[in-house]
Amino acid sequence: MHSLSRYFVIVLLPLLAGIAGQRAHAALEIQVTGGAANKIPVALMNFQSASNRPNPELTEIIGQDLLRSGQISLVAGTAGQQIFEPSQINYPAWRGKGADAIVIGQIVSLPGGRFEVRFRLIDTIKQTQLVGLSFNIGPEQWRAAAHKIADIVYEKLTGSPGVFSTRIAYVQKRGKQYELRVADADGQNGQTVVRSNEPLISPAFSPEGDRLAYVSFEDRKPIVYVQSLRDGSRRTVASFKGSNSAPAWSPDGSRLAVTLTRDAGSQIYLINTDGSGLKRLTISSAIDTEPAWSPDGRSIYFTSDRGGSPQIYRVSSEGGEVKRITFEGTYNVSPDVSPDGKYLAYIKRDSGRFQVALLDLATSQVRVLTDTAHDESPSFAPNGQLLLYATLSGGRGILGTVSLDGRTRARLSEPGSDAREPVWGP
Amino acid sequence: MKRILLPLLVLGALSGCETLGLGGEKAAIEDRNAGQTASKSSASTTNSAASGGTQTSALGAGGLNGKSLDGDKMQMDPRKDPASPLSKRSIYFDFDSYVVRDEYRSVVEAHAAYLNGNRSARVIVQGNADERGSREYNLALGQKRAEAVRKSLSVLGVPESQLEAISFGEEKPRSSGSSEQDYAENRRADIVYGDE
Repeated sequence: MHSLSRYFVIVLLPLLAGIAGQRAHAALEIQVTGGAANKIPVALMNFQSASNRPNPELTEIIGQDLLRSGQISLVAGTAGQQIFEPSQINYPAWRGKGADAIVIGQIVSLPGGRFEVRFRLIDTIKQTQLVGLSFNIGPEQWRAAAHKIADIVYEKLTGSPGVFSTRIAYVQKRGKQYELRVADADGQNGQTVVRSNEPLISPAFSPEGDRLAYVSFEDRKPIVYVQSLRDGSRRTVASFKGSNSAPAWSPDGSRLAVTLTRDAGSQIYLINTDGSGLKRLTISSAIDTEPAWSPDGRSIYFTSDRGGSPQIYRVSSEGGEVKRITFEGTYNVSPDVSPDGKYLAYIKRDSGRFQVALLDLATSQVRVLTDTAHDESPSFAPNGQLLLYATLSGGRGILGTVSLDGRTRARLSEPGSDAREPVWGP
Repeated sequence: MKRILLPLLVLGALSGCETLGLGGEKAAIEDRNAGQTASKSSASTTNSAASGGTQTSALGAGGLNGKSLDGDKMQMDPRKDPASPLSKRSIYFDFDSYVVRDEYRSVVEAHAAYLNGNRSARVIVQGNADERGSREYNLALGQKRAEAVRKSLSVLGVPESQLEAISFGEEKPRSSGSSEQDYAENRRADIVYGDE
């Protein structure tokens, strides 16, 4: 066998905003229903740790990421078992426990408060290393390092890129104040980018993730703004007579689809991100709102009550003929298209319950993914394998993720917060 | 702060990753101040790099712009006179309906007459919706209610230049509960004058 240290690569982690590890975070609540039949079983061993490491354990964050994906199950080892090097692995024993792979690692304290984090992902069947990496990090990169490791493990095992290093945006209500926040994909490290005494709704990440479009009521009516996450500067994009809302970025980042009422009731328009080039897209006497682009930029899905009840329709982004997409039920709203264009997530009302539904656009099969009653704002993860949404728990808004099979749900919000309007960014 | 910022920027540049600016704690303090002093300006302001990438929004200081007192007119503003139908500002709608009911005809007519007699007066009709379902769709439902009232005023001869229909959707409920009664209270359009 080769000397494994040869495979170590020093990686400077992309730094996510916010400072991790300075206070204990509430543990995520992950609920898995149904069997683990289609999950990849992985043994995640506690890393050999340094006494001055931030909290919580790196492997706790990695484990929660992997579990939340719904595609990986964790195989427990024997209590107190310590495995830090490949030579310590008893392969037949791990195969006996059903583990297809094992993750081991070490954290070494470096001068200046920094750490070296080493980890290896090992295939227990082939007895080969799938990946081995070393990261040199500051304590503020603790959580980012864990998410990076989870991404690498996830991608090696499933073939899809991981989404644990991505970010989400949402609106949090704190007393009478509204805060637009950007956080890590697990809901931690949240940072406020807009604070207002008036409502904020409908945040949308630009395709590059460097800007947020949103609707603010600070000027006595809904107006669409685009704000840079680099420097906090912002621009008014749509402030026409009447209401301005529901911004959705075109996949190339050049335009927004928005809902305006300047000419009639709520209708969908396209507008350049600098506020120029306004073009009306839908022409009806009904409500047309909640535009969502197909990933190829050719179509826009939207909610309309033109047929008597709110349903989801599709129109070419050049305008023209409108095609109805949802037929089951009398209330289907808030469409979001999967990154591969194959699925439509939306909110479906059934017997007074509002739930996240998934429509296979090829087969027209609909599956309800949640068992809650006040779900809103479904948003696909960049890899299309999870959905982020808002719901109510104990009268408060919380954020959750659900796998596309509906079997793995995680609650992201910390108790006590009131969160809504989530969107998953790059 | 400085110790953290430097590696932040360096790493951000190396990895092409975006930073959001500095931590929220400092910005929170600045924002609170902005909130308290917002009454000085009704316009929104953008505060970029100085507040560490956190954008502060001045709060709409509705109604706080001073208006000179007119000494000749000592009688009550008819719009505020409880005896006048002009003091009635809320129009309620049935569930799933966007028709201005007959009982509000006198209210709408009174406001149309006032607007026709005061060409400088301007009205914003604010539509609302109950909390059930999508926020954006509810914004559109509130808009539909506001449009119904706007059209009623328009039919009575009020020029479009004096009218604007907007929606608060479910965002500013008058009644915050979740009973049928609360929902009915929030299926509403309000007539608000520009100088109020």
